[in-house]
Amino acid sequence: MAATKPAIDMTAAMVTEAVPLADWLLVAPILLTMTGGALAIIFRKKPATQPWIAIAVISLVVFSNIALLNHVLTNGVVTMVMGSWPPPFGIAFTADPLGALLALMASIATLCVAVFAMDSIATNERRYGFYPFLLMLLCGVTGAFLTGDIFNLYVWFEVLLISSFGMQILGNEKVQIDGAVKYAVLNLIATTLFLAATGLLYGLVGTLNMADIAIKVQALDGSGPVLGLAALYFLAFAMKAAAFPVNFWLPASYHTPRLVVAAIFAGLLSKVGVYALLRVMVLLMPEGRDWLSSLIGLVAIATMLTGSLGALAQTDIRRLMGYLVIAGIGAMLAGIAVGNEAAISGAIFYAMHSVLIMTALYLLVAFMFQISSTFSLREIGGLYVRSPMGAAIGLVLLLGVAGLPPFSGFWAKLLLVAGALEAGRGWVVAGLLVSGLLSTLAVGRLWIFAFWRGGNEHTVDGIQALPIAGSAEPKEISLTIWLPLVALTGLIVLIGVFPEGMMSVSDYGAKTLLDPSTYIASVFGGTQ
Amino acid sequence: MNTLIFRTVAPYLSALMLLFSVFVLLRGHNEPGGGFIGGLIAVSAFAIYGIACGVSAVRRAMKYHPMSIAASGLLLAVLSVMPSIFLGQSAMTSQWLAVPFLGTVIDLSTPLFFDIGVYLVVVGAISSIALSLEERAD
Amino acid sequence: METLFSMLVGILFAGSIYLLLSRKLVRILLGIAILGNAVNLLIFTAGRLTRDVPPIIPVNNYLPLEATANPLPQALVLTAIVISFSFLAFFLVLGYRAYQELGTDDLLEMRVAEPKEHYEPPLGY
Repeated sequence: MAATKPAIDMTAAMVTEAVPLADWLLVAPILLTMTGGALAIIFRKKPATQPWIAIAVISLVVFSNIALLNHVLTNGVVTMVMGSWPPPFGIAFTADPLGALLALMASIATLCVAVFAMDSIATNERRYGFYPFLLMLLCGVTGAFLTGDIFNLYVWFEVLLISSFGMQILGNEKVQIDGAVKYAVLNLIATTLFLAATGLLYGLVGTLNMADIAIKVQALDGSGPVLGLAALYFLAFAMKAAAFPVNFWLPASYHTPRLVVAAIFAGLLSKVGVYALLRVMVLLMPEGRDWLSSLIGLVAIATMLTGSLGALAQTDIRRLMGYLVIAGIGAMLAGIAVGNEAAISGAIFYAMHSVLIMTALYLLVAFMFQISSTFSLREIGGLYVRSPMGAAIGLVLLLGVAGLPPFSGFWAKLLLVAGALEAGRGWVVAGLLVSGLLSTLAVGRLWIFAFWRGGNEHTVDGIQALPIAGSAEPKEISLTIWLPLVALTGLIVLIGVFPEGMMSVSDYGAKTLLDPSTYIASVFGGTQ
Repeated sequence: MNTLIFRTVAPYLSALMLLFSVFVLLRGHNEPGGGFIGGLIAVSAFAIYGIACGVSAVRRAMKYHPMSIAASGLLLAVLSVMPSIFLGQSAMTSQWLAVPFLGTVIDLSTPLFFDIGVYLVVVGAISSIALSLEERAD
Repeated sequence: METLFSMLVGILFAGSIYLLLSRKLVRILLGIAILGNAVNLLIFTAGRLTRDVPPIIPVNNYLPLEATANPLPQALVLTAIVISFSFLAFFLVLGYRAYQELGTDDLLEMRVAEPKEHYEPPLGY
């Protein structure tokens, strides 16, 4: 057949300019995690080597993502089209500062979880595929952050969803199956709504490439269908991000899986929803965002208050953490609601901070369980005596999640408040500050009860409770538990003390989102 | 269900279906067909063989564990994305190599290897699900 | 033609939402199955319906000879079908396991993961 084929010049149909090697950094995280996942499956009978494969691969991904962020910061938005087909026909991968930054943070959080899991995931759970699922989850998350095609975004959503289902039921307990039913059904409905919106968008503008959509939606000038689609996208992604009226699945399910698994869920999954909101509402449909901005603001405030009030009301530490995740989502939504440069920059900063701190907090809960064997805020106590170092880490993380200086959350909230004041949205500022106060109360009480108090609820102040007779000696805390905790805490303190670098990245990210011309130019080579 | 006729016919039927699945896989680049549908045909061949002769017979016939087959398919697919890195082209750009073989010319290309990877992933993943369901039904 | 299909999509959505609001897990799963199909049909309709030939380019040609159907929605629907099919398979197994383990398919009784007693929050500081 090939012999009869007429010689045809393909240059008209394909991109022929040479692609610099650095652009391969865009697909490197995906290729690496897929290779790592395949190797981890092949080595599933050797639970001792599996973690090392995962750690080696994820470390490579971290390095590649650092290089990618550096590439984006020096050369602007980077695009690579699959198969050299010119956009908008080829599927494009496009990294702007927002995507590259979140991809880097996600890989760092996953690395910490992979190290932490060496000790806390049992051998038979490794056989059921913890590490392959972890790698595929990272693959889906980075794919979602780096893709420049909205249907491709849906595919990455499904990749991360199916791996998260697998991780959710790791351990096969009754509670996990109960949690998994709620988690899985609600998330699948959200993703299906996203797909429906994408189908309608394709019917409206006839393209799936994000840069092309941005151009064509601009031309439609905020007509009815665009606004309706924006509302549908908002519902779908708000459901994934666990925003107020559709947040109930998160506290019902995040306390059921293994804590390392919950750590990666809390760090990555809801942030993917926020990322998608930033991408679709701010970059693709700015008119839709303007139209919905009051609604998003109300949802944001309700989400923050639900989160912080829920955190105050819980006695189970794992469920308390679930509500703290929700409170953080509310703060990011507030940034989207306000929508000026400072506020979007604050939302990006907060998303970056939230990936690190929520992962770290769930790892801290796992650490607390290891030395106290309880999740109840009434039973726990006296951890300061058992581990002063753990108490110090706990203090940093808990104050950090409430947004107190000098930790990274403070700068994110500062940007959000500054942006909201600039836009004259006093009520958003009030919501942010009240929710910050309530979260501070909740986490302050958690720290005092768990670490500072001498023993359980009935211990008199100033007395060290006697160890309960027959209770086992607390287990030795190994290096694989300390290392990720200390690394994440160190990063949070470091970003908190030297925020300028991160702030310039998030400002740059906000600029590229609000003015899509650089994004579009990167995809279409400046011709449009 | 498990009659003598079925048990006698099933091995031949499965063999024929496997052959057909490879045919569908290979014609896939220019005509309807491809790795996904070919893989599904191969899985149904294994499923029929499993219903007739038991799951352990299928596992013996497959030689490697289905999950390993799926993983190697994933590896092959990832590798087939890579060659264009050496030519300064973007990922997944197809590379063609015409190999003369016994008087005809065979087109070897990276999409072909990608498709074979897809075929292996589908065969491995779905047959491992099907086999575990059949095992439970026994 | 599109109007007719849009109405069909609307009916499917209505049916699936009715099923999703049920308390029985099996009906919810059926609702999800119908929802997936409704969305597939929606994408297909959004790509405009034609009575043209399949978009297959004959050998020795680089362009289709006549007007063909829009191939992109077909590719999208194919992807979505594969995904929704595999998710449905996962859900059926999950629902079956949930019925085995928890002994119920009524969501109101499926409360193993919820706190047993209504503890008051720890008071005091």
